[in-house]
Amino acid sequence: MNTVINYLRSLFLFELLRGLSLTARYMWRKPFTLEYPEEKAPVSPRFRGLHALRRYPNGEERCIACKLCEAVCPALAITIEAEPRDDGSRRTTRYDIDLFKCIYCGFCEESCPVDAIVETRVYEYHFEQRGEQIMTKQKLLEIGDQYEQQIAADRQAQAAVR
Amino acid sequence: MATSESITLQVDGKTLTAQPGQMLIEVTDQAGLSVPRFCYHKHLSVAANCRMCLVEVKGAPKPLPACATPCADGMEVATQSDLAREAQQGTMEFLLINHPLDCPICDQGGECELQDVAMGYGGDVSRYTERKRVVQDEDIGSLIATDMTRCIHCTRCVRFGSEIAGLRELGATGRGEHMRIGTYIAQSVASELSGNVIDLCPVGALTSKPYRYTARSWELTQAETIAPHDGVGSSLYLHLRRNQIMRAVPKENPDCHQTWISDRDRFAYTGINHPDRLKQPMIRENGKLRVASWPEALQQAADLMQATQPERLGLLASPNATLEELYLGQQLMTGLGSRNIDHRLRQVDFRDESATPPWLGCRFAELEQNDITLLIGSWLRKDQPLLNHRVHQSVRAGGQVIAVNPVAYDHNYPVALDLVVSPAHMVQQLAGIAQALGASTTGITVTATTEHQQAAAQLRAASRGSIILGTAAQMHPDYALLRRLAAQIAAAADLTWGQVGFGSNDLGAWIAGATPGYSAENKSAAGQNAVQMQQGECDTLVLLGLEPEADVADPQQTAQALTRAGVVALSAYRSPLLEQTADVILPIGVATETSGSFINLQGDVQSFIGATPPPGEARPGWKVLRVLGNTLKLNGFEYLDSTSIRDEALQHHTAPLPDNRLHPGAETLQPVADATGWQRIGGVPIYATDAIVRRAAPLQATPDAWDDTVRLHPNMLAEHQIADGATVRLTQGECSSVLTACADARVPDGCVWYPAGLPNGAQLGASFANNVRLELA
Repeated sequence: MNTVINYLRSLFLFELLRGLSLTARYMWRKPFTLEYPEEKAPVSPRFRGLHALRRYPNGEERCIACKLCEAVCPALAITIEAEPRDDGSRRTTRYDIDLFKCIYCGFCEESCPVDAIVETRVYEYHFEQRGEQIMTKQKLLEIGDQYEQQIAADRQAQAAVR
Repeated sequence: MATSESITLQVDGKTLTAQPGQMLIEVTDQAGLSVPRFCYHKHLSVAANCRMCLVEVKGAPKPLPACATPCADGMEVATQSDLAREAQQGTMEFLLINHPLDCPICDQGGECELQDVAMGYGGDVSRYTERKRVVQDEDIGSLIATDMTRCIHCTRCVRFGSEIAGLRELGATGRGEHMRIGTYIAQSVASELSGNVIDLCPVGALTSKPYRYTARSWELTQAETIAPHDGVGSSLYLHLRRNQIMRAVPKENPDCHQTWISDRDRFAYTGINHPDRLKQPMIRENGKLRVASWPEALQQAADLMQATQPERLGLLASPNATLEELYLGQQLMTGLGSRNIDHRLRQVDFRDESATPPWLGCRFAELEQNDITLLIGSWLRKDQPLLNHRVHQSVRAGGQVIAVNPVAYDHNYPVALDLVVSPAHMVQQLAGIAQALGASTTGITVTATTEHQQAAAQLRAASRGSIILGTAAQMHPDYALLRRLAAQIAAAADLTWGQVGFGSNDLGAWIAGATPGYSAENKSAAGQNAVQMQQGECDTLVLLGLEPEADVADPQQTAQALTRAGVVALSAYRSPLLEQTADVILPIGVATETSGSFINLQGDVQSFIGATPPPGEARPGWKVLRVLGNTLKLNGFEYLDSTSIRDEALQHHTAPLPDNRLHPGAETLQPVADATGWQRIGGVPIYATDAIVRRAAPLQATPDAWDDTVRLHPNMLAEHQIADGATVRLTQGECSSVLTACADARVPDGCVWYPAGLPNGAQLGASFANNVRLELA
């Protein structure tokens, strides 16, 4: 009996029609595909993208060169040098992140006692020359300045769990 | 081992033995039981004011401080009981009330006793929400940075000042919450041992200023070395980051320097990477120096040396060079048939060549037990701060100090008899003391005065004591006589005597044979000494590790000698005179960049390995000398490492310590120093002793750094109508230098005090001289 049913199913291409019915169902649904880069996927406030160094509202850089991020970095991507600034405060003279080494784990942000180093939502960047992957203090501060509002809002949204 | 006198006690269930009078914390430390503490330090007195070491003692109603509780027989102690833990936690909470908790910006973060103890014994959450106190910082100089808000009032620095440094510079004012540590009057801390408070401070209140904010303790790797700046040879840890020296801290060595090091040893590293460092070999071509390759430079050096008659070839070696460098230098000269080699660059009196080796004559620790110490031409406090620390301890224990000096040097302990005379009268003073003791005056006619009698009585009454001939004696034109008289006095009063020179390796140089009188094997073959070599009897001079205008007795004489002769210089630093006169410059590494050994003043051979590579193409000195030996095709230069050189250099040195009896020559010596005209008093200031120290900016910013002042007694200034601070010209023979006059009551009448080793002194002659003139410029 089973043999007869199986024979009839294959004769009338039943499996094929069942598969095609799924195709037909999705044909009338709204597609998932985004037209990147015209369209963008939503990003979580916890997203760990490009790094930035933040400033206080008065313009003073937050980083105090405590070097905890350098110590915690599992990929040894961070290099910091520091010295007393003219006003006697502890500041970095060099803050480099090698993005080829970085694994975007977010430990640097977690270890920072002053919320200076953060990972932003920015994930669209590229390098054209070797050496450009080193994010210097200057570049990091500029990113921070550019996205400060977004960064602050994201930290605010996550305040309860941070 | 339990002796009949020892007592036993139970600590945390373990049975420990102790000597009566020992404090509990000493016993637990020996047994490896950890008791938290802040104010206790094994080399300082007990203060018991931090209360962190509270432990439970059975039978006592309250927990007791382990640092101030003497052990008793049958005592039962619990360091970790509920009562003890509760007491420790309570203390910790109180200590943290006023502590700012600014660990992220604190240099002590990561190596902080407060951090560690808070992790181990503190609570996990602060209950304190009130205001914290803030303390104003003072600027206490170029070496120590202060953040006094962090201070927990353990008073270690205060006790260090009174007990070790001998200067009460830091102190506590106010009580309770208003107590603060500071200098009593706003001034910088001037002790030559001041850097030790950085190590002592358990928190980040006192930290190193040159190191400030530059690195974190966890980034640093540690390399051991021996300090190359004085004859104590303190063991150091160099802390490195990415092959750069970030700081130097002491490594404990109870036989040598205990846990203290001098500021010179601690901060001199700042001079190592000075722009003056030589990084490439250079040769002179058509009158101009040009960069050359190593083979080219070595070949030129070899050609120059080979073209010179052996007896007109000389080697001047720095006493700060390693044993290996000095031995290879000696081998090089011997191989070329010359015995002209000397390391006594600042000595001018070479009569009585059969003198004893340059060493202290006893162990450092024995200085502490002395009843009497006689200092001859020695500012021990600045020349050898850690030997002076030992003498200071002997004075604290009731010992006496007598000084025969050309200047009323300020000591950090009371001096029973301070005989300050002009350099020309020092021999008379010593001869007077010898006369009063009934010892031979070595042919000098003298009548002993009451002061001499008094000194003699004290020397004779002492059961043990030492005579120390210092650096001012060594530069004195009658050094041979001073040395003979010192030996006579020592023999008559049964004291030890020693010579405390400039170098970190004076004794090593002597043992390696870097003296003209004797080689390592043959102690009789004589060559020319440092002065003869410079007085025109050498056509080619090899310089090993010295800066010719500052490391010598008479810079003018050296300048003339180098101008006249061909010069092969193995040097780490460039200097104007070297660039003018050298025909070949071979860049070598400083002591932290080479493996080698120093022999300190008590005869310890201390070897070390290089912590960092030398800069550029510079190479360790022993390698350069070895290849120079190969280039000269000399036999025996096949060493593969510095240890084989050391072993060979020491194979003839069998005695653990050299003989200290003086075997004076038979001839009678007459004093040459005379008192005609004004006399110049020399010496070398503490921060001008070697090329590294002279380039260490933080040290040069301390009050001990000698500026361009020439010092003389206020009466002399008044008599000659020279204002204090006036610009004056110091003339010595043909040469002169423009300096600033400074009134200083320590200088005897008829003398001007202007030491050697200073930038402006390069235009002058020998630092002890007579007939100098001073006039308004």
